[in-house]
Amino acid sequence: MRKAFVQTLIRLARQDDRIILLTGDLGFMALEPFADEFPKRFFNVGVAEQNMLGLASGLAKDGYIPYVYSIAPFCVLRPLEFIRNGPIYHRLPVRIVGIGAGFDYGNNGLTHYGIDDIGSLRCQPGIHIISPCDYQQAETAFLRTWDIPEPVYYRLSKDDTTIVQGLDGRFVLGGAHVLRPPAQVGILALGTMSSDALKISDLLEQQQLSCGVVAVASVSPPPVEDLTEFMCKTGTIFTLENHYITGGLGSLAAEIIAEKKLDCRLVRCGVEALPNGRTGNTESLHIKSGIDPHSMVKRILQELKSAT
Amino acid sequence: MTGKEIRRIVIEQSYRSHHGHIGCSLSIAEIVCAIYGTLLRASGPKDSLRDYFVLSKGHAALALYASLFLKGWLTRNQLNSYCDENSLLGVHPEHELSGVEWSTGSLGQGLPVASGLALASHLKNNDRKVYALLSDAECNEGSVWEAAMFAGHHKLSNLTVIVDWNGQQALGKTSTILNQLNLVERWAAFGWDAVEVDGHDLAALCSSAAKIGTKPKVLLAKTIFGKGVSFMENQIKWHYLPLSELDYHAAMEELGGGV
Repeated sequence: MRKAFVQTLIRLARQDDRIILLTGDLGFMALEPFADEFPKRFFNVGVAEQNMLGLASGLAKDGYIPYVYSIAPFCVLRPLEFIRNGPIYHRLPVRIVGIGAGFDYGNNGLTHYGIDDIGSLRCQPGIHIISPCDYQQAETAFLRTWDIPEPVYYRLSKDDTTIVQGLDGRFVLGGAHVLRPPAQVGILALGTMSSDALKISDLLEQQQLSCGVVAVASVSPPPVEDLTEFMCKTGTIFTLENHYITGGLGSLAAEIIAEKKLDCRLVRCGVEALPNGRTGNTESLHIKSGIDPHSMVKRILQELKSAT
Repeated sequence: MTGKEIRRIVIEQSYRSHHGHIGCSLSIAEIVCAIYGTLLRASGPKDSLRDYFVLSKGHAALALYASLFLKGWLTRNQLNSYCDENSLLGVHPEHELSGVEWSTGSLGQGLPVASGLALASHLKNNDRKVYALLSDAECNEGSVWEAAMFAGHHKLSNLTVIVDWNGQQALGKTSTILNQLNLVERWAAFGWDAVEVDGHDLAALCSSAAKIGTKPKVLLAKTIFGKGVSFMENQIKWHYLPLSELDYHAAMEELGGGV
């Protein structure tokens, strides 16, 4: 989604000179087109993410729309208190662009994983959290939210090619998108996990089990109405996320089910254990966490069996 | 606006509200006087062309409120609401209060923001000046030096930092906790015009701050924690304690004219 981000930002920057891009010394082979076209509005602030968020806060207070870019944990967890006391508390349009949703940085290890970024921010009122499902939706999300007054966190994947069938680039802030209608089983998928959710649904279909799928990109504001409507027509809900099961989409679904008194069962599928230091690529890390399509099919069938 | 006036308000409001953080407010009395009495160009707190001041050492908000009052930007009633229920004047400054540019309280966050404000003015090519007041203990924070590096590298000459170099921090003397003795050299090494100045000499503060250069500027202002009230000077307990009635009367007597 880096290409979509940079290309969209260039389009926006051409029409609005309030847009500034700051990076914490990351974005090789990604940010150059912006830097080349807008050298005076591009700052590599160095490896200093706390200061990057402070700078962005000051720029935003004086009327700019600063985008800060880094790997997800570096621009969310490292400067978390600066985000909270800065753009959130002062209600300023700072855009935090975190690359590397979930296990995108596979072999790089826990330091680079975005598996707790949503949980860290979701408890904060006043910041939007968007985890796009594919690059087309990312582009729509950027275009829909670039000039809103509140801060936004964009949780981007390194995947520049996969397209989620049936999504067609749609994005609604505070909304979710039903890709397969509600059935006995339903998956709520976070961001890029949506394409895997469709694969899981296909595999289940081969076993004569219909499985609904909802793609969730707007985590905050939460798509309460859309998810309620889907979940109230579903027997067993599986949340599927490349994030710890606490604090992310699984927690959000649990909150909605409890607060709306929905009559459905919830199984949260995501990262449960602290990574153990054994390296692996994104796919193998998904398998380890049991969130790859085949593990998920097995788990869904097992859960249904154990429930009967 | 004088340091003594600031101090009398600090003592009076601290006593009235029964809240501490006195020593660190007394040490910056002349510094806030220099800023609000002389340096800051602003026709009012909403003036769109105003200079910005960020009180990064937010725990000295009482001195800020005192200067806003003496400047005429706060009413007596507002000042007298310090730490009252539902007042916008809390122990640390809140941006919801007109005249406060930035909510602070967590150390090390004001300078990055002030650097962003200074960068904005550079980009807009206007002549706005940005001031930030830090404590010496705040220079323990890594983020201060991240911002110092950035401002030095980008030659943000419209940025002036004043460090309240009182040598005290929350649990003791800075010299025994993390040595802050070579602050001038450190800031200079980060690309700043760094100058040591007597932080209780109003004229020296104003003239040092007014010097024009091509780099960001830092005044390492030597101050006395608790300055102006003899029994508070360099006594760390006055970072915490509120005033008894006896203390209050003694302090006001020293600050001239009694209660």
